Amino acid sequence: MTTLATTFKGVRFQRILGKVVALLLLTGGAIVVLIPLVWMLSTSLKSTSTSTEFPPRWIPMDAKKVEIDGRDRFIYSIPVDGETRELALLQKRGPIGVFVNPDNLDERYEVEVQSGERIYTINFHWENYPEAMTTVPFSKYVGNSLIYVGVTTLGTVLSATVVAYGFARFRAKGLGVLFLLLLSTIMLPPQVTLIPQFVLFSKLGWYDTLLPLLVPSFFANAWNVFLLRQYFMTVPLELDDAARIDGCGPLGILWYVILPQSLPAMATVAIFHSLWAWNDFYYPLIYLQSKEKYTVSLGLQQFNSIYSRNLPGLMAASTVALMPSVIIFFLAQRLFIQGVVISGIKG
Amino acid sequence: MATVTVKKRRGLSLSRREAMWAYVLISPWIIGFIVFTAGPMIASAYFSLTEYDVINPPRFVGLGNWVYMFTQDPLFWHSLKVTLTYAIAAIPLGLVLGLALALLLNAKVPGLTIWRTLFYMPSVVSGVAVSVLWSYIFNPRFGIVNWILSWFNIKGPGWLGSVDWALPALIIMSLWGVGGGMIIYLAGLQSIPTTLYEAATIDGANRWQQFLRITLPLITPVILYNLITGIIGTFQYFVQAYIMTDGGPANATLVYNLYLYRNTFRWGRLGFGSAMAWFLMFVVLAMTLLVFRSSAAWVYYEGELRKE
Repeated sequence: MTTLATTFKGVRFQRILGKVVALLLLTGGAIVVLIPLVWMLSTSLKSTSTSTEFPPRWIPMDAKKVEIDGRDRFIYSIPVDGETRELALLQKRGPIGVFVNPDNLDERYEVEVQSGERIYTINFHWENYPEAMTTVPFSKYVGNSLIYVGVTTLGTVLSATVVAYGFARFRAKGLGVLFLLLLSTIMLPPQVTLIPQFVLFSKLGWYDTLLPLLVPSFFANAWNVFLLRQYFMTVPLELDDAARIDGCGPLGILWYVILPQSLPAMATVAIFHSLWAWNDFYYPLIYLQSKEKYTVSLGLQQFNSIYSRNLPGLMAASTVALMPSVIIFFLAQRLFIQGVVISGIKG
Repeated sequence: MATVTVKKRRGLSLSRREAMWAYVLISPWIIGFIVFTAGPMIASAYFSLTEYDVINPPRFVGLGNWVYMFTQDPLFWHSLKVTLTYAIAAIPLGLVLGLALALLLNAKVPGLTIWRTLFYMPSVVSGVAVSVLWSYIFNPRFGIVNWILSWFNIKGPGWLGSVDWALPALIIMSLWGVGGGMIIYLAGLQSIPTTLYEAATIDGANRWQQFLRITLPLITPVILYNLITGIIGTFQYFVQAYIMTDGGPANATLVYNLYLYRNTFRWGRLGFGSAMAWFLMFVVLAMTLLVFRSSAAWVYYEGELRKE
């Protein structure tokens, strides 16, 4: 009896220990995931001079200063005569500093600078955000990105739905072969078609317009067709028959039977695509030239190469570029995970 | 007789109608396939045999681009090597780390949804902003990576500015996105029937044995899936290298796709770029086929046992 009880205890102990270790490791991982983002937010609220301090401060702070004789003087906390005082550093003579009481300029002390330290106060530079947004025409870029996201999401969902419905519910000669062809294009590296597409769009006079980014989305992406088709196939055929008896044509069945049943799958496609389009850099880089047509990703890259000395502004712009994705992700994370799982397991 | 023919005719017209509907519905894809995929593939195969800069008409040069690419181009093989090096390090590391995270999450820890969401997030919020951010994370003077290393009294390298450390930096950064693979592993792990583990426990198998004999074999299809998407993804690698290093220093991070971009869009060598694109496709195809071939030896599919 006792031996059984002790082994049972041992197993339970092991299980709890295992969970604690797992939680510790996960916490470590979570910190690694979050640190870059926290650093970005924190840096975006710092002043330019404190943004490159080493070691970095997590909470944006500025050195306390006071103006004496028309110049900014740093405030130090300095031990004088056994008590710690807040004094302004007037000048340095080697290791010795001349400190003064900011409220009474006649009260001067000469103390080793090393014995005290600068006083920092928390200061959030929110003005970095409007500044960054106006240094480059960011609202224009956001507008262009929203057009890119909005139009192509509409095109992607619309075309993929119609095509997936065709592949899921209809029989015709050659359809099986065509579906295999569609699947094979999923594996195709986009570079193989990229250059002639570029030539085609240039010859159409579409270079430096949003059209090369928008138009192809209306011609059904293979991956989305596959995902939606798999989902449509799970809708029972009996529902189609019932609708047909009620006088529905093929489009009626799509509208009244398939779509209401498949909203989660369509939302998944829409959300994956809109995030992709918001983040897309390659196609805007290739097709857009004039600055007023830039998307957010192109604008941010331009900001990065021109204003790299304004680190807080750059991080503010990055935060603005990143936030929509993060917010959408957290709001719709269930759809994301579901989408990955559907496509991953069946694919 | 009459009714039979009517039925037949109606049946025929029905199936014909069905076929017509099918083709009408899939026509957007068919048109897109011809205009944006098949046509351009043929065109780019042709371009690869020409010198072409969009402005002047293509000039046929036979295998000139290919020969130059393989024998003379100073950076072609180098860029392929950089991409393969990246792949050989980043893909296995990502596979192992993603699986490890999924195993941890599958250990019935509290707050599964929160952890899963958190770890998956970086692979969703990719793009320029993340690349800009990481280029400062790796800053040798004030970046957090070297700050953390300094706790252990390690003087961190110059990372993106260093010929030796720029590519490793990009590889480390790629691990930030292992959550994408993790999600798929987790789904695979959750679909393993618990009865298998119960039976193994009764037979006296310990945790490690259970992992080796049950978990690992049963998720080999997921590993295969993640491996193949990893290979395809690696050859698309572009944004990070473009933003963070622009291929430097001294071409240490000049990945294949970046070199292809430079040739095509910066130097207007569309013929040469097309040859590079086709070669890229052959490499990806060959690697994928190789992995698929090898999968017979290491991927376990349910129902396979009965055949033997």
